[in-house]
Amino acid sequence: MCKGFYMIEGIFVDGLVFSLMVIGILISYRILDFADLTCDGSVATGAAVATMAIVAGFPIFVALLLAFCSGVLAGMITAAIHNKLKIPGLLAGILTMTMLYSINLRILGNKANVPLLRVETLYSKLPQALSFLPSEWASLVGTLLVVLFVKVLIDIFFRTDLGVSMGAMGGNEQMVISQGINPDILKLMGIGLSNGLIALSGGLLAQYQGFADANLGQGMVVQGLAAIMIGEFLFSSNRISLLTLRAILGAIIYKALMFFGRKYGYLVNITPNDFKLLTGILVIASLFIAQTRSAASSAGAKKKAIARSLAKHTGKEEEHA
Amino acid sequence: MLDLQNITKVFYPGTVNEKMALDNINLHVNKGDVICVVGSNGSGKSTLFNLISGTYPVTNGKIVFDGNDVTASPEYKRAMTIGRIFQDPTKGTAANMSIEDNMITAETKGMKGLRISLNNEKRELFKGMLESIGLQDRLKDNVGLLSGGQRQALTLLMTVMSRPKMLLLDEHTAALDPRNAQIVMDLTERFIKEYALTALMVTHNMQFAINFGNRLIMMDEGTIILDVAGEEKSNLTVEELVRLFRNLRNKTFDNDEGLLTKT
Repeated sequence: MCKGFYMIEGIFVDGLVFSLMVIGILISYRILDFADLTCDGSVATGAAVATMAIVAGFPIFVALLLAFCSGVLAGMITAAIHNKLKIPGLLAGILTMTMLYSINLRILGNKANVPLLRVETLYSKLPQALSFLPSEWASLVGTLLVVLFVKVLIDIFFRTDLGVSMGAMGGNEQMVISQGINPDILKLMGIGLSNGLIALSGGLLAQYQGFADANLGQGMVVQGLAAIMIGEFLFSSNRISLLTLRAILGAIIYKALMFFGRKYGYLVNITPNDFKLLTGILVIASLFIAQTRSAASSAGAKKKAIARSLAKHTGKEEEHA
Repeated sequence: MLDLQNITKVFYPGTVNEKMALDNINLHVNKGDVICVVGSNGSGKSTLFNLISGTYPVTNGKIVFDGNDVTASPEYKRAMTIGRIFQDPTKGTAANMSIEDNMITAETKGMKGLRISLNNEKRELFKGMLESIGLQDRLKDNVGLLSGGQRQALTLLMTVMSRPKMLLLDEHTAALDPRNAQIVMDLTERFIKEYALTALMVTHNMQFAINFGNRLIMMDEGTIILDVAGEEKSNLTVEELVRLFRNLRNKTFDNDEGLLTKT
């Protein structure tokens, strides 16, 4: 029983930490329609900055804030490269991501891996702060509070005039220009915000797993996309509060899938080495299903239209007869 | 209001594809002018609009708008005072958002802040405005669900909402069926009158160009070959216009033969 609870708790905390990154990817890929690969670098930057700040004795809140700011900066660099050199966002993101790998190693003091041993982290403090809860619950409730806080802020932001105009840019850049808004500035802010959240997620992850790693970010974008797509199968909506909720649920489900893959995968000879392949296949399968779905619904609509027109014509013929 | 001085636009200069799209154009638009622009395909009408709105930079010349030299100012800055509607109905609105979100974005021009302007009071206001195009009950529907005509009507409404000083209409009814084109055109006429807008409109319908507005410009091969206003314009007929074109350019206008024969 106790073991079962730890398992569930692990999945949820892992999923919730991951969900902040998924919300970040949701902003760049879905809301701004900007294929941003900075993520793979900025999540590790966030982890590195938070870890080094905590090791240096900064309060945890300050460490997380610094992680967020480092991500914002990374995102803004990608957007600036894209804006100024007029190169595709994809390439700009790859450039920043690659450069960040070296920067992350610098931040970690030229080490690939820095542990968070014998220092207070969020996850060692939470059981004290929430002492009225059993200690197993404290991490879960604490992370949930952080994620909900961020989610509500993001929901509010995308309902402000600025947030709405960002959504408009994702749908139609010309329209935003026609409203007298410089799309470059919107991208700077939007991609900055997106990577800020991703780095924040990295900062939490480092504390949860107890170390920061320069290779932390590898393949994170694809994992995030997989989570978004899993979420999109749950329900459809255009309301921002439901979009972020969907991202959080998708992140938790993805982590649960990975957990069970690790636990029972050996039965079908799957090892954690196969997870990147499986995640990629999951994304491709989701895209395929989404496409067949929309093709099926338009084929259905076509059939109905033909049936309607046939009915009209046969009706007319009968009249003539 | 708008002054184009010696405007030249050359595409792909120095390559085999070099094309002189506009050749030393001079045009003065007075406040309150409603100008129809006619001309065959490739005569430079759209390029003229793209230069006025700032989509492309000019190769040579100067654009003065409302007393300011805007030749080097970017498109989004000019859009603060110039409203433009494209032929493509999908260009003016964001399909992934609701009508009310589109309208709140268009209500004020320029960079937005962290305020939530969309409240019930605004919704009532928008509802009232949408009545003129029959969309008053669809505030929360995504714009992607609307027909081309409805989208273009909404674009027009959103464009005049922010009270631009000048309206550029680039064949904005050409992609619509006749009934919707008529609705959008009636609306255009109404808004131009109601808000005393200065407007330039590209059209292929010559009878319409004669009836609408106070001034008519005909373009050919990157130059303005005819510029008539007032009485002279209202006395024009389509036959007269075609004859004028033939005399001026020594070629036939607006039929297949005209596209094939040069001089």
